[in-house]
Amino acid sequence: MSKIMVFAQLNGGQVQKVALEIITKARSLGDVTAVVLGQGAAGQAALLGQYGASRVLVHDDTAYDQFLSEPAADTLGTLVETEKPDLLIVGTTYDGRDIAARLNARLDCGVITDAYEISLEGDNLKVQVPWYSATTIVDVTLQGGITRLLLVKPKSFAAEPLEQPLQPQVEQISAAISDSARRAQVTENVVQKSEGPRLEEASVVISGGRGLKQAENFSLLNELAGQVNGAVGASRAVVDAGWVPYSYQVGQTGKTVKPSVYIACGISGAIQHTVGMKGAKYIVAINTDPDAPIFKFADLGVVGDVLKIVPALTQEIKQRKG
Amino acid sequence: MNIVVCVKQVPEPTGTNRLDPASLRIMREGVDSVLDPADEYSIEAALQIAESQPDVNITVVSMGPERAMEAIRRGLAMGATKGVLISDPALAGSDALTTAKVLAAAIKRENPDLVLCATESSDAYTGMVPGGIAQHLKMPLLSYAKKLQVSGGKASIERQTESGFQKVEASLPVVVTVTGSINTPRYPALKGIVQAKKKPVDQLTAADLGFSPDQVGEKGAKEKVLGWSPAEQRKAGTVIKDDGTAAVQIADFLAKLKVI
Ligand SMILES: Cc1cc2nc3c(=O)[nH]c(=O)nc-3n(C[C@H](O)[C@H](O)[C@H](O)COP(=O)(O)OP(=O)(O)OC[C@H]3O[C@@H](n4cnc5c(N)ncnc54)[C@H](O)[C@@H]3O)c2cc1C
Ligand SMILES: Nc1ncnc2c1ncn2[C@@H]1O[C@H](COP(=O)(O)O)[C@@H](O)[C@H]1O
Repeated sequence: MSKIMVFAQLNGGQVQKVALEIITKARSLGDVTAVVLGQGAAGQAALLGQYGASRVLVHDDTAYDQFLSEPAADTLGTLVETEKPDLLIVGTTYDGRDIAARLNARLDCGVITDAYEISLEGDNLKVQVPWYSATTIVDVTLQGGITRLLLVKPKSFAAEPLEQPLQPQVEQISAAISDSARRAQVTENVVQKSEGPRLEEASVVISGGRGLKQAENFSLLNELAGQVNGAVGASRAVVDAGWVPYSYQVGQTGKTVKPSVYIACGISGAIQHTVGMKGAKYIVAINTDPDAPIFKFADLGVVGDVLKIVPALTQEIKQRKG
Repeated sequence: MNIVVCVKQVPEPTGTNRLDPASLRIMREGVDSVLDPADEYSIEAALQIAESQPDVNITVVSMGPERAMEAIRRGLAMGATKGVLISDPALAGSDALTTAKVLAAAIKRENPDLVLCATESSDAYTGMVPGGIAQHLKMPLLSYAKKLQVSGGKASIERQTESGFQKVEASLPVVVTVTGSINTPRYPALKGIVQAKKKPVDQLTAADLGFSPDQVGEKGAKEKVLGWSPAEQRKAGTVIKDDGTAAVQIADFLAKLKVI
């Protein structure tokens, strides 16, 4: 049986959803060991067992939360060297990427980023990766070395609990975190709260682009979102312009969303944007330019002025709700 | 203070990258190439540090084909001090693992206090190279910076996170990756472009940095492409022109989907 190690990252003391998605996939590939590092690590075993981890290695130490990448990369590096799993899978989060980059160099193992389908038969690893803004699906493998490192983006796999949860064996990691790993120190965490559902979880996403003309007009999207219990997203152009925080960004360098309905308002539909939203069940686009590329993706395209149509739509929905 | 900025010449990122079916690498022939726009932010960040304190040297480093010289010249035109071009046919086809190794070896010679990279390149976008450089140079990594301050032997950043940002600091030397919201890169002035032609650029091969040809490039790459296929594309639906009823039609559509 193949040995699959999954780095189950925490966020605010909770296992991140991407870890459960990865474990769901990993359990079909072999025997899953989850590694949990940081404050709250000890309390996660039951949840990880529900998704298919048969073994959970924990190190409940705040150093992992206080210092970027090095403590986690050191501990994971040592674990991989002693345990020699066939795969180490890490979620593509900010921290996950930094840690994987260090592990790649330390273990000299090579890495496949953005694995979205994985098969492992004996020693034969085949991974599908969307390249060139997901216009091409490429099958790749990693040669040489014992452990192969994969990064998986959130939402690449569905998280599905087992009908019969496993009761994982829990082991404490004995590693000590060296002083030399305590260098990039987090001195403050600022959480920018947004109202309504989270962008990644919402069943309706309303995104705005440069066609909104100015930052203030995002309030039109917030009002519409309020009516349909939606979340508001954005194109990179307006994030870079500072209209909304980066956490709103949808696309290649932002979030991947798969809502039931995605409403693109004043977004041209550049390939780096559509890669993050083309998994939506339905797409509605509003754009003044009839040749905007977004219309090639939209189920309902409306050629028109977003500044007129969005407020009218909000009004219309309010009325229908009575 | 010595700052090294890692830059890359990439196919024009607003075009669609294509795969060369024979080599299964990014098609670079017959495609306009430019300094990766993502790297302009790190060059600008370096220039702003140089303008705020005395004795700052900025070295732009690139590994790539001869064409990568254009990226270096553009960095020099913006105001960097000198360049290092690592170009060698043996390096063609290098993966992120090798790229980080080779760049780290070249950067080390510059004795840097600060190494700046973009969070990810526009063509490969693995985001694996900067962390690899940090690991090889045994430096801390301050990543995803949307603000950067360097003073008193320390670098402090505001780092983007999924839900906001965090303040992070580390003593120099350090590797920092910057995002597109950190600054507005300047255009090189004509004078800068003229001066850039006279600024020194070191040219290095893999062997100069102590690598043998079979450790690097295609031969040294761990990642192997097995095959490829075009991704499934969505189909276009109905497009209507707003005649004043668009809001009603969208509402009907949403109602049909039971969103309202
Ligand atoms: C490496 C790389 C990574 C990238 N990653 C991302 C990413 O993650 N996410 C992302 O979004 N982008 C990303 N981009 C940027 C992407 O290429 C586009 O530049 C960006 O998505 C454009 O944003 P936009 O559609 O808001 O702006 P524009 O392209 O300027 O489009 C604005 C649109 O608004 C329309 N418009 C104008 N006025 C109105 C009006 N009154 N009513 C309705 N419509 C109107 C215009 O017709 C136009 O189509 C990336 C680029 C690169 C090179
Ligand atoms: N060949 C290269 N030469 C110089 N810098 C590079 C090279 N490849 C990557 N980098 C640096 O590392 C960053 C991230 O690249 P990547 O890991 O390819 O996404 C880039 O934006 C550059 O700053």
